[in-house]
Amino acid sequence: MITETVIHKYLRPKKEFPHVWCAGCGIGIVLGSIIRAIDKLSIPKDDIVMVSGIGCTGRMPVYVDFNTLHTTHGRALTFATGIKHYKPRLKVIAVMGDGDGVAIGGNHFIHACRRNLNITTIIVNNFIYGMTGGQRSPTTPPGHVSTTSPFGSEAEPFDICDLAAAGGASFVARSTVYHSALLDRLVKKALTHDGFSVVEALSPCYTAYGRRNDFRNAVEMMADLRDRAVHIKKQDTSLPPLPDRKFYIGIYKDEDKPEFTAAYKRLMKRVREIDSPPGEEKEQ
Amino acid sequence: MTKARQKKTSPKSGDGRKADPMRLVSGNKMIAEGALAAGCRFFAGYPITPSSEIMEYLAQKMPRIGGKFIQMEDEIASMGAVIGASLAGAKAMTATSGPGFSLMQEHIGYAAMAEVPCVIANVMRSGPSTGLPTKTSQGDFMQARFGSHGDIPAIALVPESPIECFHLTVRAFNLAEEYRTPVVLLSDEVNAHMRENVPMKIELEAEIRERREPEVPPSWYKHYPEEVMVRDRPMAVFGEGYRFHVTGLTHDHEGFPSSKRDQIIDCHTHLVDKVRRNAHRIAAAEKYRMREAKIVIVAAGSAARSAKEAVKMLRNMRIKIGLFRPITMWPFPKKQLQEAVGRKAKAVLVVEQNFGQMAVIVRYYMPRRMPVVHLNQVDGELIEPEKIIAKVTELY
Repeated sequence: MITETVIHKYLRPKKEFPHVWCAGCGIGIVLGSIIRAIDKLSIPKDDIVMVSGIGCTGRMPVYVDFNTLHTTHGRALTFATGIKHYKPRLKVIAVMGDGDGVAIGGNHFIHACRRNLNITTIIVNNFIYGMTGGQRSPTTPPGHVSTTSPFGSEAEPFDICDLAAAGGASFVARSTVYHSALLDRLVKKALTHDGFSVVEALSPCYTAYGRRNDFRNAVEMMADLRDRAVHIKKQDTSLPPLPDRKFYIGIYKDEDKPEFTAAYKRLMKRVREIDSPPGEEKEQ
Repeated sequence: MTKARQKKTSPKSGDGRKADPMRLVSGNKMIAEGALAAGCRFFAGYPITPSSEIMEYLAQKMPRIGGKFIQMEDEIASMGAVIGASLAGAKAMTATSGPGFSLMQEHIGYAAMAEVPCVIANVMRSGPSTGLPTKTSQGDFMQARFGSHGDIPAIALVPESPIECFHLTVRAFNLAEEYRTPVVLLSDEVNAHMRENVPMKIELEAEIRERREPEVPPSWYKHYPEEVMVRDRPMAVFGEGYRFHVTGLTHDHEGFPSSKRDQIIDCHTHLVDKVRRNAHRIAAAEKYRMREAKIVIVAAGSAARSAKEAVKMLRNMRIKIGLFRPITMWPFPKKQLQEAVGRKAKAVLVVEQNFGQMAVIVRYYMPRRMPVVHLNQVDGELIEPEKIIAKVTELY
């Protein structure tokens, strides 16, 4: 008999399997990290709302047994903002892809960073629009081929962590699905952080991206993520630029900042005190 | 307030009894007050003329009464936040005008598909595009019906005065809860900024409808139950022990995506039918001096105010004319219109502040022999009663 593992505790068994993700996809590993982090923190399932946009990553919530919301393309954070603002006791997790999060959802993303609501945002960055068949995304590296950049992408990509940190997110971190133990730790840290947290998870998409860009298989893409990653040793505000398409993994930014819903709560208290100052008789 | 002052300020009605104390209020403020009276406790919006006063008033009020207010980065986000809050249990609304209403269509469609109750106050201004931001129009009648892609169940209410802004906002919230769907309030710039007398304390015309909690344990709960067309279905909200899935994809009764043919038909038909089959309950209209009317004016919103004035003046001249005023633009009160026009009328005159969006619908519901004449004004100003009188005299 097979024993129940942590995964079985959190997945919806009845309806939604087999899942939509291709062989070699990393989104399942990210979902695993989220589930393991939630289990370690023992957050009740009823208190978690997982919100997603559109795309391969957008299909993540349907598989997990939380309050789940699959929204429109790029807008996951707007729904998440409404939920968190109205019911701050809920643990809101937004999962998005790179195109979803920083192309069509770019405006919502920077403003969510600025507001600093306590929402945990996981961006699965696979450098491509996977679900629609491999079009260029705002993180596709220059020179790389996609169906809409058949001669190589000519534009500079976004660095999602830089974008989040500049926007004002109070916790920003990056890992890859190869470094899944690190990803577990970062997601766990993000879930406990009081404020807007962003974890970027780099992930291979062999089907729509890898095979057009000289990768022979998904394993090779995983090895590439392993080789290019540079660990952030200590928390350093000035990370020197890296050569050869290398990138940092680890905690980019972790700071204390007033959280939005707590600030609003204080505002409500202040306004009520103006209306009826303590000590004064309430007028009927 | 002292007794002497109270006596001085309270007006008396004709028969000597003390009239209710009144105040002078704009339509926008009445929408905001109506929302609060209906139990709205979440507002997300983006500033846009001529609707901003609704947002400004609620920015003042919400934190005072334990409600939540947030200014979003655009109208798409506003509507997203409203849907999120509604799914978390709030009665939620946003307010906007034409350009913002266009941006909101994506999420109005989502709210319709996912059956999330919410209210959108669209204070119409002159379009298309940026148009005339500070001037009036009625150019969004059709956008309120067909603005979203796909077939959605549209409910849209058109107030004609500040006090009606209040009552229709309350009704909009009630309808949103009853049918679990977005409801649009189609006010306009004239209504928004026109100040009229309203009572100090407004009596509600209808009971406030609260969201019905599920009556079954979580394991039995279905977010979209099989009994189609049922009004007032129970609805669970996030964080109360009912873990359900919500999506904009075509879904089955539990809310999970489905592409099975019978489930697609079920999902789509239910959406449209819940309003179509209840149109007789929702549709509302006012008949004004319709007795033996030879010419029937059809006008809604602020244009109906001018039409009323014209009818008054024409009736004084013993010209048999009446006004039919749709209060719900969608569903359109077709039965009421057909009964009101009857067989004796000679012509129907549709007066509106666009190039004839409502006239298309009126034409559709009138018998072929009945002339349907257009009178349109699109210069940003409210149509003058004189203009209507001139047209009626021409037809009479």
